[in-house]
Amino acid sequence: MQDATTIAVSAPERAESAARERLRLIVRNIFPFAVVGGIWEIVALAGIFPRRLFPTLEDVASSFVQLTISGILPHHAIDTVIRLLSGFALAGIFGVTIGVLMARSRRAEDIFLPLVSICAPIPGLAYAPLFLLWFGLGNLSSVLLVGFVSAFPIIFNSWTGVKAVKEIWIRSAQSMGADDRRLFRHVILPGALPYILTGMRLGLAQAWRILVAVEMLAAVPWGLGWMIFGARKFLNTDVMMAGIVVIAVIGLALEKFVFRKIEDYTVVRWGMIAS
Amino acid sequence: MTDNRQNLRSAVRAAITLTLAAAAYEALARSGYFAPALLPTLANVARALFASLADGSMIVHAAFTLYRVLFGFCLAVVVGIPLGILMARFQRVEHFFLPLVSALMPIPSFALVPLFMLWFGIGNLTTVLIVFYAATFPMVFNTWSGVRSVNPLWLRAAGAMGADEQKLFWKVIIPGASPFIITGMRQAFLRAWIAVVGAEMIAASDWGLGWVIFDAKEFLNTDTMLAALIVIGCIGFLFERLVFGSVEKATVQRWGMTRAAKG
Repeated sequence: MQDATTIAVSAPERAESAARERLRLIVRNIFPFAVVGGIWEIVALAGIFPRRLFPTLEDVASSFVQLTISGILPHHAIDTVIRLLSGFALAGIFGVTIGVLMARSRRAEDIFLPLVSICAPIPGLAYAPLFLLWFGLGNLSSVLLVGFVSAFPIIFNSWTGVKAVKEIWIRSAQSMGADDRRLFRHVILPGALPYILTGMRLGLAQAWRILVAVEMLAAVPWGLGWMIFGARKFLNTDVMMAGIVVIAVIGLALEKFVFRKIEDYTVVRWGMIAS
Repeated sequence: MTDNRQNLRSAVRAAITLTLAAAAYEALARSGYFAPALLPTLANVARALFASLADGSMIVHAAFTLYRVLFGFCLAVVVGIPLGILMARFQRVEHFFLPLVSALMPIPSFALVPLFMLWFGIGNLTTVLIVFYAATFPMVFNTWSGVRSVNPLWLRAAGAMGADEQKLFWKVIIPGASPFIITGMRQAFLRAWIAVVGAEMIAASDWGLGWVIFDAKEFLNTDTMLAALIVIGCIGFLFERLVFGSVEKATVQRWGMTRAAKG
């Protein structure tokens, strides 16, 4: 009885302190942005730099809202995301296949490894002009380049991942009578998945980084990179800033929501890594 | 013995693969199916490479690129390591900088190139700053997690044995965090190398390997492009293997940190 009353009393108190804790956390996270934003605003209003080159935050916000309402910014963003996803899908399919093949067959490893290790260390963007010449300006070359560049981390990680599957798991599955297909599906794939997902995460980050630059070079009609690059000609610094904000938000969302979720559903649930 | 033979067979197979790939490319180039301007033969690429090396132009381009990348990278190291250490040691600093760092990190450095071009013009300053921006974040992040992951037991043991703050810092924290810091430098250099090529293409100046590639595109000099690509790949590879490999050997491995990290 005594216990019940103390719990009844302390429960709302605890909820209150939890709410206060959350509020404190939010304030703490916002504070640095407020400071930086304030400094930015002061410098912009002080007129040290021309306003066209160093817009105030209101300018950036208003052009952001205007572009969003008129549908220009969403159109750019959607085109960029579609390009990113199609390039990344190519990279995922080919990267995982090649990586797994390399790890499972010595012959495939001997064939692919030299090619991969020669092409991988060259920065992805250095291939861009070559791809532009071969496949023309526009969508095809940008998607292919994104796929090509982001395939390398996926290949390397799937390769290491499959190799890192414990020998004893494979042998015990075999001695319990698993055939090749079941061995692959139930032992090798789950065992290598943490590595493969890491590879995909790295690949996606690289794809995102390259794509923005490729859109500047490849003269695609729509796309965030192109929007930023085009705005430079008209000194629309506020449009550029709005584009950069959208790019940051998409990048953060890809990392936080897409991959965290996939990890929770697969690797964490299977107990391969701690959440 | 069998291991040796296995390795030999791998090497032979690798050589065969590369020869076959080169032969396939050569056949494609000579077949005339594609325009020779787009798909130069290997001999032409080699000629372009040697010609540009011999007249020194490629070396000057490489020197400009290296100057930019190293300048930016050193700035990133000078700023990134102290910031990372401060963030790991003082909670107040961490609370201020961590949200900023995590918000700025996902912005690709290339997105800032047009903005920096407007602010700082075309040329060295813009490229160096882009490299700096690209390289700082991995540096900060890795230093931060490295210092935080120093085993608290070591800190307490050193404290119990009478180490003062300064000694604790130099003898325990820095060596303990060094594997992470060196990983951070590696990642930072990789990113810097990517960033410098891109920045040189977009914010074109007169010199630099990225600019060579982009400029050669305008004149359909595919052989020069491929030659510059080879130079870029070789420099990146050399830095990755020789410089960082030997730094790792001289510090982390000598202090026995990699073994400690594994065990």
